[in-house]
Amino acid sequence: MANTIPARPPLLEVRNVCVSLGGADLLRNINFSVAPGERLGIVGESGCGKTVMGLSILGLASSAFRLRGEILFEGRNLLDLPAKAMRHVRGREISMIFQEPMVTLDPVFTVGQQICETLRTHFKLGRKEARERAIDALAQVGIPAPAERIDDYPHQLSGGMRQRAMIAIALACQPKLIIADEPTTALDVTVQAQITNLLVNLSEKNGTALLFITHDLGVVAETCDRLITMYAGQVVENAGIDDFLVRPLHPYSSGLLRSLPRMSPRKTALPSIPGRVPTIVEMPSGCRFEPRCSHSSPACKAEQFLSPAGETRKVSCCRHDEFVLPGVLN
Amino acid sequence: MTALVLSAARRPVDFIIVLDWRGRLSAAFLLLMILTGLAAPLIAPYSPTDQDLVNMLMPATAEHPLGTDDLGRDVLSRLIFGTGASLYASFLAVTVATLIGVPIGLAAGFFSGWLDEVISRVIDALLSFPGIVLAIGVTGALGIGLTNAMVAVGIVFSPMVARLARARTLIVRSELYIDAARCFGSSSAHVLRRHVLPNILQSLLVQMTLLLASALLAEASLSFLGIGVQAPDPSWGAMLARGYSYMEIAPEQMYPPGFAILLTALAFNVLGESLRVALDPALKAR
Amino acid sequence: MSGTALRTSIWRALQVIPVVIIATLVVFLLLQLVPGDPAITLAGENATPEQIEQIRALYHLDQPLLVQYGQWLFNAMHGDLARSLMSGEEVTRLILQNLLPTLLIVICAMTISLAIGIPLGVMSAIHRGGLLDAIATALASVGIALPSFWLGMILINFLALQHNIFPATGAGSLLTDPLNALWHAFLPAVALAAGGVAEIVRQLRSALLEVLDSQHVRTLHAKGLSPARIVWQHAMKNVSTTLLTVTGLLFNRLLGATVVIEAIFAIPGIGSLIVRSAIAKDFPIVQGVVFAMVLLVILGNLIIDILYPIFDPRVAR
Repeated sequence: MANTIPARPPLLEVRNVCVSLGGADLLRNINFSVAPGERLGIVGESGCGKTVMGLSILGLASSAFRLRGEILFEGRNLLDLPAKAMRHVRGREISMIFQEPMVTLDPVFTVGQQICETLRTHFKLGRKEARERAIDALAQVGIPAPAERIDDYPHQLSGGMRQRAMIAIALACQPKLIIADEPTTALDVTVQAQITNLLVNLSEKNGTALLFITHDLGVVAETCDRLITMYAGQVVENAGIDDFLVRPLHPYSSGLLRSLPRMSPRKTALPSIPGRVPTIVEMPSGCRFEPRCSHSSPACKAEQFLSPAGETRKVSCCRHDEFVLPGVLN
Repeated sequence: MTALVLSAARRPVDFIIVLDWRGRLSAAFLLLMILTGLAAPLIAPYSPTDQDLVNMLMPATAEHPLGTDDLGRDVLSRLIFGTGASLYASFLAVTVATLIGVPIGLAAGFFSGWLDEVISRVIDALLSFPGIVLAIGVTGALGIGLTNAMVAVGIVFSPMVARLARARTLIVRSELYIDAARCFGSSSAHVLRRHVLPNILQSLLVQMTLLLASALLAEASLSFLGIGVQAPDPSWGAMLARGYSYMEIAPEQMYPPGFAILLTALAFNVLGESLRVALDPALKAR
Repeated sequence: MSGTALRTSIWRALQVIPVVIIATLVVFLLLQLVPGDPAITLAGENATPEQIEQIRALYHLDQPLLVQYGQWLFNAMHGDLARSLMSGEEVTRLILQNLLPTLLIVICAMTISLAIGIPLGVMSAIHRGGLLDAIATALASVGIALPSFWLGMILINFLALQHNIFPATGAGSLLTDPLNALWHAFLPAVALAAGGVAEIVRQLRSALLEVLDSQHVRTLHAKGLSPARIVWQHAMKNVSTTLLTVTGLLFNRLLGATVVIEAIFAIPGIGSLIVRSAIAKDFPIVQGVVFAMVLLVILGNLIIDILYPIFDPRVAR
């Protein structure tokens, strides 16, 4: 596991991105980067803005949103790209997979047709060649008898198979980065493990970077090298997995860790974070977590920024060095 | 306890407030039309049947703002009196359709089983061919005349109402409060009347409004063919028929009744659509 | 065809029979409501009782109702639709003579409706909220409320009477002179098509908007496909069932609307046939036309049913 910041230039760099709707900021001062081949997890509750962040990278967020800042992919700012150039990036350099494959795959075309379509949009391929590559892609994602499954429609496949098909479509053009938005949430628990293992293996084999968006901290712990936690539209912590699990620096991250159920001889109540995520109109002007934080102080009323905490970590809490928060080992 | 399980069926009055500007405009226009029809003898400058064989087919003048028809009758007055006939026709047809269709649809949706099968087959059969042909056939059987023609149209429309009533009843029937009411020993008739009917009323209202437009157009067609309103009674369709006969000499005759039909049917449609949007907030997004 | 496909087709064909029976039975029963003894009407004023009895026997008017109906249905299945009460002509021949002009107008109208309605509906959906969308939606609302025969009259007035571009009345013979037939059919078809365009634009726009907002279209964007491809290849295929259903309903509606249009344009079609016959109480013709129309509608819907699974694989064959 890489715990040092890689020396190579980052593949994707999100700088000071703000996404607003109307006058209110949904996402504020988002900063993070993904190195080539790195697996980064974005963890947060529903509504924290992580999906919007993922969609915004590919320019797929609703046109009602206003984006400010920079999203640099291999040095180019994606937000400045004209529409045609952006279409070249989508599917070819950066792919995305979504939560519910039944709803997100086109029901009136076969799986094979959808893979071939991606291939022939981005490369000059004949029908036969595209079909062979599609069968190959299906085999890579572990679908048995790919030469037959290729002519199936999405509704003819099981949930796990559909998600594998979706991954096959995403991988077909061998992108450098895959954004996975809750890819396992809609699947059975047993299938979830298969899919996450598949994603990790493919990432390691092909050197594809992975941006794993989820609310499930356990999944991130198993698959990612590094993670960021988001709360109410802001990044509150950025750390390598091991460091994070041993000692989280932000009270919210700690709360997330502690609320994971686990085996324990003592019969205690499952800890949870009191209160709830503020709505847009209730958003505090200082630290957004402050109303629910058990460590809050007057200094927390001021706006917090993501600042370095050691060589490889960042945190958005002015008081983080004053306390040692429990991690998974306690 | 029954009060707790009743669903929140909203009062009709609430809708008027919630309608968008198009709906309100249409409702106002229709109200105006209804008043015109009711007050026709008071507002029309002439009697619709007064003939003036000296001044036939005159263009618009100060005395006859819309001209006169081929028997010298004032077009404006005939138009005003025709309002009543046309509106009466539409409401009659839709009333007949509702009175026939709702009980049948309720029964089919609520009791299911073979009753539902049979009724659905009959509904499909009746819907499967052009309504106006059936209306002509039925009118031929009952005898020519406005009331008979509109009863025929009502019969032709009733399968549509029945189908909608059946579909909504099926949805309502699967709601838990129906089971709860039955647990308390309510008879089927009671449940149908107090729980099912109020809840399907909203969709029925939308459909009835839209059917009013179709009924109006049907009346115009039948009167045009000579099967609906009989001379010398005025109706917009009949006026169009006379306009057709004299089209080469006085083509402007066809415009007043045509516009009257168009605007009124349009108003019914727009009102119906506004009602539908008002009832289902999910549709407002588009 | 495979075994299951054959069985499904036969099953569908069988389902048609109750529809035919119910539709024609309803008309038959209603026609019986007419007061008066048809035998007397037919025989004329000065007929002797023997002549009346002869006529009664000739037309089976002395049998119980259901037997009369059964007799008629049996004959109808064999193509024999009895004879006109007025003229004595064979109803079947009358109907076949008048069928072609009606079908020509209806098919022309449908073609025009689809040719204009589909592009308009698609453009409307793509540029939702724009000027084109607003205009198209407004026109669609008007089109549905517009009496088609009034539009026909206006068209006759401007294009036929005043400027003589198209003929005002009559129908050409499609078999002997197709161009002339089409020329005659144009105005009636346009008059009918207005309502059709309106219906198609509304339904298509609504269905397309739903698809374009759906999540699988988002996936298509994520694949880097061009918007044109997404709309014309993917979205259109997804709304194909809606389009087919609307087309089927349009066909039914046009068959009915053609009745009045034929009156205006003096077209010798089955619409004008049934109107004349209904007014004259010539029942065999009325019943025969209803029978013919039911068969037409069933045929049309059958074609649509066959087309469904070709376009949308979710519909089971």
